[in-house]
Amino acid sequence: MNELLNKLAVAIARGKVNQKSPFPPDMKGEFGADELTKQALEESVAPAAILNDGLMIGMKTVGDKFESGKAFIPDMLIAAKAMNVAMVHLKPFFDSGEVELKGDFILGTVAGDLHDIGKNIVRMVLTGNGWNVIDLGTDVKPEQFIETLKEYPNAVIGMSALLTTTMMQMETTTTAIKEVSPDTKIYIGGAPISQEFSDKIGADGYFPDPNKFAKHLASVV
Amino acid sequence: MKIFDKLTIDKHEELLMGISPHPVKCGNLLTIGDGKVYPEINFTLPTMLITQETMGEVRRHYSEMMTNILARAKALNVPGFVVEFEQLPPMTDTPEWGAEITELIKNELNKFHIETGIPNALRVTVLDLRDADHPPLLRTGLPTEKTLKGFELCAQAGADILSIESVGGKEVHDQALMYGDLYGIVASLGILAHRDMSWLWKQITEIANRYGIISGGDSACGFANTAMQLAGQGMLPSVLAAIDRAASAPRSLAAFEQGAVGPSKDCAYEGPIIKAITGYPISMEGKSACCAHFSPLGNIAAASADLWSNESVQNVRLLSGNAPEAFMELLSYDCRLYNTALDSGNGLMMRDMLVKSDVPHSVEALMLDPEVVIDISKSIVTNTGGYAQTKAAVAIAFSAIQKALDNNVLSISDTEKEWMTKMETAISSFGETESEAVEHLQMMYGDVFKLEAYGL
Repeated sequence: MNELLNKLAVAIARGKVNQKSPFPPDMKGEFGADELTKQALEESVAPAAILNDGLMIGMKTVGDKFESGKAFIPDMLIAAKAMNVAMVHLKPFFDSGEVELKGDFILGTVAGDLHDIGKNIVRMVLTGNGWNVIDLGTDVKPEQFIETLKEYPNAVIGMSALLTTTMMQMETTTTAIKEVSPDTKIYIGGAPISQEFSDKIGADGYFPDPNKFAKHLASVV
Repeated sequence: MKIFDKLTIDKHEELLMGISPHPVKCGNLLTIGDGKVYPEINFTLPTMLITQETMGEVRRHYSEMMTNILARAKALNVPGFVVEFEQLPPMTDTPEWGAEITELIKNELNKFHIETGIPNALRVTVLDLRDADHPPLLRTGLPTEKTLKGFELCAQAGADILSIESVGGKEVHDQALMYGDLYGIVASLGILAHRDMSWLWKQITEIANRYGIISGGDSACGFANTAMQLAGQGMLPSVLAAIDRAASAPRSLAAFEQGAVGPSKDCAYEGPIIKAITGYPISMEGKSACCAHFSPLGNIAAASADLWSNESVQNVRLLSGNAPEAFMELLSYDCRLYNTALDSGNGLMMRDMLVKSDVPHSVEALMLDPEVVIDISKSIVTNTGGYAQTKAAVAIAFSAIQKALDNNVLSISDTEKEWMTKMETAISSFGETESEAVEHLQMMYGDVFKLEAYGL
């Protein structure tokens, strides 16, 4: 059983989606995350073990490589893609409550700002790390964050901005959210942002690196 | 449509700063590419919101920035300069605001020219709002109407050069870049972005011609510069970012096929390729744009620049004065040095020093090496159509990197070397035809783009 989960972790870390996928070339023809997850379920491995001892271990491996400069974002996202394929098989267990995701994460680029690549990286990395990410897109008004928070009351919120003329919207949005939900955690990111700015506007933190952010989130939930 | 089937500059020794085979006359008696490098100063607001209520403060900032910049230009007796007004989102979203600031800046430039006789011109860069919808519609809808209206109103208000950093194809390129999918990168730039550029620049040129002003050029900022910045943060392989630069050139060339005549945008690091092909002048930015972003191309970017830019700087106070005037001074001294080299017959020596000081440190700098630029440019003009040109540019760029590695001109990490292998495999798997490549895009990214947005 452990050997199977180890194989699954390797498939995730290497981004081996399924048997047919040509990538990575040295794993051609081998089972990928798709087949290995199915096999584990057929062998009655507990879904929680598949998630925590297989999929998440694989994500951690590639995340650690990224942090040490031995992998890049595409490596993490290809791993996340393999994980998402595996997660399809686990969906019934999430729906039944037998297995739980790490939590809900509401994400958006603030009002007036159309930049979204940084936000999208965060979305893909968090999804790959077991979060249910609700991506509101770009140009997101404070009331949209608040409305979504009503639907996901325990969610963590993440905001992105690239411009010095839109970063002030983070303050407006943070103030509005904290007024209705003071305990909601709000994190911010983007080129002009700093921890100092985060402190000034009353947000809960700034992270320039998506992997470190994912680790931080895992430590606070 | 202009066809560029041969190089205007075909010898790397002739690809030189300040000198363009087809100089551009614009604004108040400024000729760009006439043998001198001129500063192109760009500036932006400090941290603040732009609303109807703050527009008075916005005007005050632009007025102050112009006063200070012009004082520096006069004090340093610059031979000429360009001011770039790069619009912020609300200024294109309410195009009348963008036009109002355009008029303010142009009036200041006109008065300054009458007073000092120093040639100058105003470039207005309208913000591309067309990706507000997801997937972007690009050719229709309110954001498109506002973007085009922005050009019209700014042309009326006194812009001398029109530019944009257009975003067609970016929604697909972003995804492909994040997954390191070189085939997707090539197809999104060579087909989608190229088609959108052709559509958009035909209209921009028509507006420019109607007002007797210059249809400048575009930048693959949202494409290759995104890659470069992410590579700089260790998120993407530098070798992929370098290849992305070469891949962006045919897309940016499409503006010139539709009548743009330069100067291309400062952040278009594909500019030297455009210059070699078209002979039109280019703007570039490097070390003196560190106020806006860091760069692995600080010196080499100047090697064939006709305008030398600081990209953008906020109107904040420094010890010397406000940041825009400080950067006007910095650019002016850079240009003074380059022009002294040109005037004394040492232009090529200066250029080679700029090139050699960066290439050993950066695979992205290698893409701007004049010899590599000429090779990539040749591969583009000897192919027809955006997709074929992009594939060819990528193949040549890859070979140039491999050759530099083999010859120990530069070195890369083992992790980066793995990506060279991945890219080599990807290059060999590119579809032969555009329709095959579009199929790949639809299969991989069909949920983020609409074929009709590209006339497909």
